[in-house]
Amino acid sequence: MRTIRVTVNGTVHELAVPPRMLLADLLREGLGLTGTKIGCAMGACGACTVLLDGEPVRSCLLFAVQASGRSVRTVEDLAPEGELHPLARALQEHHGLQCGYCTPGMLMALVPLVESGGPLDPEAAREAIAGNLCRCTGYEGIVEAVVEASRR
Amino acid sequence: MKPTAFAYLAPESGDEALAALAEHGEEAAVLAGGQSLIPMMNLRIAAPGTLIDIMRIDELRTIRRTGGWVEIGAGVRMSQAERESGVPLLTAALRHVGHPPIRNCGTLCGSVAHADPAAEVPAVLLALDGEVVLRSVRGERRTPTDDFLRSYFTTAREPDELVAAIRLPDRARRVAFLEVTPRLGGSTGEFATIALAAAADRDGAGRFERVSLAYAGAAERAIRAREAEALLAGAEPAPELFAAAAAAASAAVDPSADVHAGPEYRRHLVEKLTLRALEELAA
Repeated sequence: MRTIRVTVNGTVHELAVPPRMLLADLLREGLGLTGTKIGCAMGACGACTVLLDGEPVRSCLLFAVQASGRSVRTVEDLAPEGELHPLARALQEHHGLQCGYCTPGMLMALVPLVESGGPLDPEAAREAIAGNLCRCTGYEGIVEAVVEASRR
Repeated sequence: MKPTAFAYLAPESGDEALAALAEHGEEAAVLAGGQSLIPMMNLRIAAPGTLIDIMRIDELRTIRRTGGWVEIGAGVRMSQAERESGVPLLTAALRHVGHPPIRNCGTLCGSVAHADPAAEVPAVLLALDGEVVLRSVRGERRTPTDDFLRSYFTTAREPDELVAAIRLPDRARRVAFLEVTPRLGGSTGEFATIALAAAADRDGAGRFERVSLAYAGAAERAIRAREAEALLAGAEPAPELFAAAAAAASAAVDPSADVHAGPEYRRHLVEKLTLRALEELAA
């Protein structure tokens, strides 16, 4: 076991973790933040995307020990009071999700882009989610939602 | 599946890391960005007994311009290099490596050390006649990329050595980076079916003084098309010359088959990408 100190959604946690524990498993099993999904566990699907020091990363391709001293933001932080983030609302309005399994990863891949301010074109949205698989929507609704959320 | 258990070391200086490699090298893996290593561990293709995490070492996280070279340390992530390296061929190639979240973790030295034959960074290093800096408690050596890359996932690195940096010549050349991947409608986010990293020097009259053509996905490692380069050296750019060089490149590569493409299609891609790159370099 190894002691780490990691900030998750603004709260500092000091925890003892086995080195082989993935960040995704720490979030889901250690901290009960099950919004983050694990799809492939090999970096191909993007469902486990979270922000590490503000940048999107794959939480299945990081050990929890690597996040020590750093700050993690998960999908739960987008709706702390139950009020949907503007991007989440736009996804709902544009049929940007169906089964919802990819949605937390999509949101976390896109949030830095949307929150950086300024209107986005569809190309920027497509590039940001190039590594996020969605088997329900065909992506069009997601791209439309990003473009609209960036203009709100 | 989950990775097998391992001992985790997180040295805070380069010397500490080299000492750890000297002690555990045979059964250890160096953990930098982990974007190739951790998927292999998750699938249990790799099961190192010890991981030496080098990302807490400040001295490895720098991009330095020194004596005509750009030196990129082992802790430099791809997204950082995209913004800061100032090496146009590298910047163009990095757009094609994985996806933005992968590039936020993955390192250039990690890609070179991993030596996936379809990876873009080793091809760029080879095209630009770059060097690999290997460091151990025994000392430091600099290896030309052509000597460093051996075969599939195999390099000249000894078990106690750290790929501490890569070095790229810091000079202006005309460059082109072209890639075809299995995914239609865009070429980012996948390993290359074929990628071409190309660079050229031209004289005042527009002739090619020297052309470098390096391919990923075309053999057991990134390779140069030396015969094609020899045809182009000192020559006046012309369509017949380009066709001859492209044919020579296509004959020189040795691609294997995978689920995405057979050797014939890959040879075809080598020829077509070479033609396009030469047109770009001559424009």
